[in-house]
Amino acid sequence: MNPTWSRFNITSVVLGFAFLYLPIVLLIIFSFNESKLVTVWGGFSTKWYGSLFRNQGLMDAAWVTLRVGVISASVATVFGTLAALALTRYTRFRGRVLFSGMVFAPLVMPEVITGLSLLLLFVAVGLDRGFLTVTLAHITFTMCFVAVVVQARLMSFDRSLEEAAMDLGAPPVKTFFQVTLPVIAPAIVSGWMLAFTLSLDDLVIASFASGPGATTLPMKIYSQVRLGVTPEINAACTLMIAVVAVGVIAASIVNKRREFQRQRDEQAAQRG
Amino acid sequence: MKSLGSIRRSFAPWNDPSAKPYISFENVTKVFGDFTAVDNLSLAIYEKEFFALLGGSGSGKSTLLRMLAGFDNPTSGRIMLDGQDLRGIPPYRRPLNMMFQSYALFPHMTVEANVGFGLKQEGMPKADIDARVAEMLKLVKLEQFAKRKPHQLSGGQRQRVALARSVAKRPKVLLLDEPLGALDKKLREETQFELMDLQQSLGLTFVVVTHDQEEAMTMADRIAILDKGQLMQVATPAEIYEAPASRFVANFVGNVNMFEGTVASRDAGIARVTGASGAEIVVDNAGDAAAGNAIAFAVRPEKIKVSSKRPEGAVNAMEGEVYDLAYLGDMTVYRVRLADGQVIQASALNSSRASDDPLTWHDRAWISFQPDAGIVLTR
Amino acid sequence: MTDAALSVSAAPDARSSLPVRALRAVASRLVIIVPYAWLLVFFLIPFVIVFKISLSQTAIAMPPYTPVLGFGEGIGGFWSQLKELSFENYLWLTDDPLYFNAYLSSVWIAGISTILALAVGYPIAYGMARAPTALRPTLLMLVILPFWTSFLIRVYAWIGILKPEGLLNQLLLSTGIIHQPLVILNTHTAIFIGIVYSYLPFMILPLYSSLEKMDYSLIEAAQDLGCPPTSAFWKITFPLSLPGVIAGCMLVFIPAVGEFVIPDLLGGSQTLMIGRTLWNEFFANRDWPVSSAVAVILLLLLIVPIMIFQSAQARAQEQSK
Repeated sequence: MNPTWSRFNITSVVLGFAFLYLPIVLLIIFSFNESKLVTVWGGFSTKWYGSLFRNQGLMDAAWVTLRVGVISASVATVFGTLAALALTRYTRFRGRVLFSGMVFAPLVMPEVITGLSLLLLFVAVGLDRGFLTVTLAHITFTMCFVAVVVQARLMSFDRSLEEAAMDLGAPPVKTFFQVTLPVIAPAIVSGWMLAFTLSLDDLVIASFASGPGATTLPMKIYSQVRLGVTPEINAACTLMIAVVAVGVIAASIVNKRREFQRQRDEQAAQRG
Repeated sequence: MKSLGSIRRSFAPWNDPSAKPYISFENVTKVFGDFTAVDNLSLAIYEKEFFALLGGSGSGKSTLLRMLAGFDNPTSGRIMLDGQDLRGIPPYRRPLNMMFQSYALFPHMTVEANVGFGLKQEGMPKADIDARVAEMLKLVKLEQFAKRKPHQLSGGQRQRVALARSVAKRPKVLLLDEPLGALDKKLREETQFELMDLQQSLGLTFVVVTHDQEEAMTMADRIAILDKGQLMQVATPAEIYEAPASRFVANFVGNVNMFEGTVASRDAGIARVTGASGAEIVVDNAGDAAAGNAIAFAVRPEKIKVSSKRPEGAVNAMEGEVYDLAYLGDMTVYRVRLADGQVIQASALNSSRASDDPLTWHDRAWISFQPDAGIVLTR
Repeated sequence: MTDAALSVSAAPDARSSLPVRALRAVASRLVIIVPYAWLLVFFLIPFVIVFKISLSQTAIAMPPYTPVLGFGEGIGGFWSQLKELSFENYLWLTDDPLYFNAYLSSVWIAGISTILALAVGYPIAYGMARAPTALRPTLLMLVILPFWTSFLIRVYAWIGILKPEGLLNQLLLSTGIIHQPLVILNTHTAIFIGIVYSYLPFMILPLYSSLEKMDYSLIEAAQDLGCPPTSAFWKITFPLSLPGVIAGCMLVFIPAVGEFVIPDLLGGSQTLMIGRTLWNEFFANRDWPVSSAVAVILLLLLIVPIMIFQSAQARAQEQSK
């Protein structure tokens, strides 16, 4: 029997979502404000979006962020997947405890510590701070998130699929590429998306690891926000939200339709 | 021992001393950590045999199958296939295929691609693959489902795809891990006969793992009963049922009544056995049980007669009280409590619509059985 | 229990030659070696460096500290350097009440925020777990969605709401509830709001997952045995959701202690929080040894909650098996 959805339950869910979404909605609304004063409504306008695109500094930072995000998410996905495989497939190897500790620790590590320690490493080895160092830093902390996502999928992976492939004559490497990888692909894709978003979002680690010429968008926004709220920043934020929201919603709609199709197929199969 | 009937009486290579085993386990032991899954087990399986490994969970039956397929290696001992030692040969190079309990159909591939997967690994030309896949799908009556994905199939259809996939490479041996476990009862009965037909028509050796005794009895030429990694008995279904080698086997397959006692005297095959309560029974085929030995006389319920009076001239008869009875339509099962407290189960076929000797709860009743109705068990 | 895909390649293969087998063994080990080496270089070694620098002296140079503990002069040199190790930075941290207060107030602020987040998040998670089954995936997505939008942006959005001439004050003034604008921005209240808001999904998700998988017939059984609903909640529901409560609290508390953005943007210059102190030591004062020492102590401070979190996770995994 299903529990009833009481009025109290509904109220708390509605209020909770209002709390979660209202600030974002207000931010978006005021990005279309004619007035320079962000909190006083002065009529509808898209002029801040125009000035945003003419702001070379912001545009450069956005471009840097995008490149760092794509490169670091891609490398992190490879490393994170390998780490997940190592953790699920090799139950015994020397230093496994240290390894799993290093995979999970960055998830809860305060960003200031991760950022500081990476910076000190770069200085110690004499690596000039810039695009490369931010990318390396982002690979390191996002690969752990990828590892967690992929590991969860691998834990529920039916090993008899691999055994079946080998039983039918596929050697281990072929089995991995023809069976294992395609089956866990959705988890790897969401791992990539998570890594990309985290990289796009990161301010603290980037501030430590980055140097001149490699200012990321969050760093740029942060430095402007410290000077005060401006409609232009609202516009920039709105665009970032829009990009992420469109991506996430599209992905979930595709997923949902696939799921729906699948359910219909399954029902049809049961009947037929 | 009297000869016991079998469905395929003519096929019995295991009785032919000149026949060479096709698969043999030789003193195989498998240890996982501190758990011994298979304990120094030897077993021979012949070509074209339908062989069942029957046992409960933890009996080692699946481990035997997985070692044959190459997913686990024996800790000691060796496994031979057609005269070749399988040690060190990885699963992808063994000439046998397996049908998995979960079916293990590749979810990202169509039915066609699943069935053709093994052939593609062999490097078979595409046209030949297509032809073989079509042939296999026809064999399992799934021609029109070739382009579907596994999730678009019902449980029974998935099972048939798994079957088609595992026989597509024409393996020498097909291993089946609980092949009918996931099907409902009706489908299971149908599929049992389909599997038997398939085995006959393809002329393959089948090794099937199951925990379902009915399934094993129906399909297999011979059954190996396993317990705690040890082989309890290997025999035809009829032998297993009528001539179990031990108390464990007798209890494991079907229902049985055990008359425990000590051999009081022996006269050729006939023995007199004294039970714990002092009652005496006469048994035939006493085997090597000598006077003084503790034995059990195992009698199947359908070989025990229940009546309201002591039957005329009955050798073994005991009085008790009807403790429980269940009318099942085709037969009635009685549970009779004897004076010493033992409860005996007896089943009577309802061959006429009304019984002329009706018994009901708490009636006094006699149970009786012939000296050759059961088997003497010393183990 | 079984060798599979990758590990099988390391198993003896009768038909391959020895070099081929050796090569395969190495290839399969790469799965471990590559991420392991990466994390050693970019995660573990940096910590060693942080620790090392925390023991060195400040210098006006680039990098602004005198290196310690090198093997450049051999083992003998290493020993002589050991004598020069400076715990001055740690003494400095204990001497100056600023640091002690910063640690204390970080833990305090994070603790209060965690309790508030639990109070706000529990009814939401509970409501979601009770929602019609068809609606739950959507609700779940709506909780996760804000997480995909920038943390910085979400914190920034609150500045416009909380500042004296901000939207909240405008609303309250125009409705006549207050006559003087409330000062919220640059106070602890703003930090609490910011942390609760930013980390709420981390609180809701583990709570939801432990509440959702709870068998509702347990409540019915309790009520059937004469337990009124409120008491059934405290005697059955809440204790069973404790793993979720612990996981959620740790997921909020741990990052909140070291939080930088929220106190910096919402808390104003008066707020003492350790993440911010570290940042300032590093960027404003360029005192790398002291900020390293701050980091080491922050890490030590977080070890206990991290262990609690890990063991709660391990227990949850045990239960789900």
